[in-house]
Amino acid sequence: MSERIVVDPVTRIEGHLRIEAEIEDGRVKDAFSSGTMVRGIETIVNGRDPRDAWAFVGRVCGVCTSTHSLCSVRAVENALGIVVPPSAELVRNLMIATLYMHDHVVHFYHLHALDWVDVVSSLKADPAAAARLAQSLSPWPKSSEGYFAAIQSRIGRFVGSGQLGIFSNGYWGHPAYKLRPEQNLVAVAHYLEALEWQKEVVKIHTVFGGKNPHPNFVVGGMPCSINLHEPNAINSERLAFVKQKLDEAKTFIEQVYIPDLLLIAEAYKEDWSRIGGGISNYLSYGDFPMAEYGDVGNYLMPRGIVLGRDLSRVHPVDAHSPDQIKEYIYHSWYAYQEGDQAGLHPFKGETRLNYTGPKPPYTHLDTGDKYSWIKTPRWKDEPMEVGPLARMIVAYAAGKEPQKSLIDDTLKKLNLPLEALYSTLGRTAARALETLLTADWALDIFDKLMENLRYGDSRMVNHTLWSPKLWPDEARGVGLSEAPRGALAHFVVIKDRQVGNYQMVVPSTWNASPRDAQGVLSAYESALIHTPVHDPEQPLEILRTIHSFDPCLACAVHLYDEEGKYVHQIDTF
Amino acid sequence: MEEKRLSVYEECAARGVSRRDFLKFCTTMAAWMGLQQSGAAQVANALEVKPRLPVVWLHLQECTCCSESFLRSSHPVVATLLLDRISLDYSETLMAAAGHQAEAALRDTMQKYRNEYLLMIEGSVPTANEACCCIGGRSARQIVDEAAAGARAVIAWGNCASSGCVQAANPNPTGAKPIHRILRSKPIINVQGCPPIAEVMAGIIVHMLTFEGIPQLDGLGRPKAFYSRRVHDTCYRRANFDAGLFVESFDDDNANKGYCLYKVGCKGPNTYNACGIIKWNEGVSYPIQSGHPCIGCSEANFWDNSPFYKHNPGVKGFGIEATADQIGLIVGGITVAGIAAHAVATNIRKKQLIENKSNE
Repeated sequence: MSERIVVDPVTRIEGHLRIEAEIEDGRVKDAFSSGTMVRGIETIVNGRDPRDAWAFVGRVCGVCTSTHSLCSVRAVENALGIVVPPSAELVRNLMIATLYMHDHVVHFYHLHALDWVDVVSSLKADPAAAARLAQSLSPWPKSSEGYFAAIQSRIGRFVGSGQLGIFSNGYWGHPAYKLRPEQNLVAVAHYLEALEWQKEVVKIHTVFGGKNPHPNFVVGGMPCSINLHEPNAINSERLAFVKQKLDEAKTFIEQVYIPDLLLIAEAYKEDWSRIGGGISNYLSYGDFPMAEYGDVGNYLMPRGIVLGRDLSRVHPVDAHSPDQIKEYIYHSWYAYQEGDQAGLHPFKGETRLNYTGPKPPYTHLDTGDKYSWIKTPRWKDEPMEVGPLARMIVAYAAGKEPQKSLIDDTLKKLNLPLEALYSTLGRTAARALETLLTADWALDIFDKLMENLRYGDSRMVNHTLWSPKLWPDEARGVGLSEAPRGALAHFVVIKDRQVGNYQMVVPSTWNASPRDAQGVLSAYESALIHTPVHDPEQPLEILRTIHSFDPCLACAVHLYDEEGKYVHQIDTF
Repeated sequence: MEEKRLSVYEECAARGVSRRDFLKFCTTMAAWMGLQQSGAAQVANALEVKPRLPVVWLHLQECTCCSESFLRSSHPVVATLLLDRISLDYSETLMAAAGHQAEAALRDTMQKYRNEYLLMIEGSVPTANEACCCIGGRSARQIVDEAAAGARAVIAWGNCASSGCVQAANPNPTGAKPIHRILRSKPIINVQGCPPIAEVMAGIIVHMLTFEGIPQLDGLGRPKAFYSRRVHDTCYRRANFDAGLFVESFDDDNANKGYCLYKVGCKGPNTYNACGIIKWNEGVSYPIQSGHPCIGCSEANFWDNSPFYKHNPGVKGFGIEATADQIGLIVGGITVAGIAAHAVATNIRKKQLIENKSNE
């Protein structure tokens, strides 16, 4: 006899995610992922100046802020044939790298770690033993006995006051927690440190983009002027500040994030390298162009598709092709002129809202019919997983270094086979390894930028096609990038110097979308199948897998029995 | 068991914030809020002795940039103010959902602190079809109506809650409306910006704690302390505007020298915000300082005042004045267009002098 669990909202996600899952014999039998908020930004951009579009679509997300703006200027540049100056491309790469480091660290500590770390258990730790443990893992200078004792006493006062604040209503004591008290204490201490650290690294965005969240971009390059000697431009003082932030970030990632990831992986690898694999196709558009955007061969992250986990072959992906990427709406609250079965390439995409779900307030969605505001994208009618794991797998299959060696070394360290990648733990580990690479790359990119500047190439904008008078009557372009959460594509049709059509196929569209007309599941739904649920009132295991895709912060979990009667509510993070 | 409600200072102390840091925070806040020197003591006193303000924080049609901005806040007191107790104990995104018991849990919170709690809202409310934003099976409108009933006041975070932001831009497909168009019965503070500056958000909460009332608001419901000056008037590039020195296109020589961005579309002259004073991310920079014109994100309907790269002085709907051209005159205290003509002439003369000088 099955029981239906509702997880709504999975919070701090743009688009308000809701998961409904059928549980049978202690495992997930079926799962439904639904986006319950829509704003229709694509229709709002229509008719606007294409050079303004980045600002509108940047507001899709304030968490992975800047990624949509960058993708938008790339799409417009692609349509008009604008090539960005080399130094501006490098500054854009620094913007992406900064976002990756910020987003991945915050995800690991503040959104995901507490699925693995029992905060209350850390009170039982011996601070001296915790210090010895931390010192054995990393040279991070704060790992003293006094430091851990102070953290422990802060948490003790917290718990003693009866007001757990952000730690309230967790699953503390759940048997699925495996870390020892000392391990928990180390992780909790770093949770607090990461909170302080995260606001520092984004200052790189502020230097080049003027603010964060929502830094500024411009079609043709970057709006900031760089001149080593001018007091009012990005000068040597500002660049030294950027370098300092990059160095600090690398140290934190190497000495805190990676050792903590390995600690958690070691403790949980037995089960969690086998759970949560989901679909077996992986898509990456690639990113970090080291020459120019159009030169995909010089990307640090390669582009391609791996089908059916066959690592012997990387399939090419062409976002312009009308036959490859299509969006379906069979289970989504939209209407197409050609009907519900049709799949449309984004250049011909339509965004007409057509809500047919239950009138709020509701307890259950009709998952047999339309049940989400998210469309269902397919590549040649195949579902794709996107994100750090997909990027790593595509790089591995392409034989790309340093990704391949880093994966091999890490698996060896953990004594795990390659298949362990296809799991909840694999997803979480891929994100951390990618952050480590990004921290290195960011410093290389910075050095290259300095070299350009020394040779006198500080050009930030290509102006030649700024004036709409020079544009053709009709042009279409695709902007591709890898957002922290996965493959991101913006499609723009420019008609009569205005936006004629604008469509975005974002990472969550791939991962969180409902099943297609044939009943083939997308990534979230598929990864949840067979996930064990020890206690249906505390579905910690479901959260582990869902969070491994990085759907942001706290979840209020609401459990229902089959009649939709409320059973239990749990708050977590 | 009746729980003891700790004061903000007690909570900060429990979390390891020193007395010195605490007072530094109070002084800075008082300065930003435009208080006299004695104001710092008032702020400190309020935070020390008054129990923490109960808060319900809702997420509706938004992108979470307001929460993210707040997380970037530099001061540990801020983390205590919101992170530990407010956003996570009483956030709608955590507590509310379908199911009568979940609703009852939120109602308990709201009953216990009835007419005492502050309702903070991030995001707009769709009215074309309520199903465009549902959380836990309930619509944004249903959630707002219920939560507002017992609220002491409402803080509308950011442009979404204050004027609908990007989703309310033409053609506004979901009928997105700001909170003040949904709620009439409560005082509403519009903390504008996309997102608002973190320190502004903190300053407003501190004001509510200190004076137990809402701050002075302008005609658009924005706190005067932070939104009474134009970005243009507090801009470090203002002298260039006065001297007629302008950036003609991005990254030209003039951009390198930090000239005024008016001609590439800067909306600073039409925008009321504190960017030029407080700046962003602990004072690192702000859009103009990093070479991009202000897009006017703290003004109502600023999206429909695009294009962003063209100066459009006749545009309506900016702030409290009728048109951008008039703004300069009113704020400058100038009444006759002739004087403006004189100012322009002066600028041209100055510019010619500078050009002659550089040609020599």
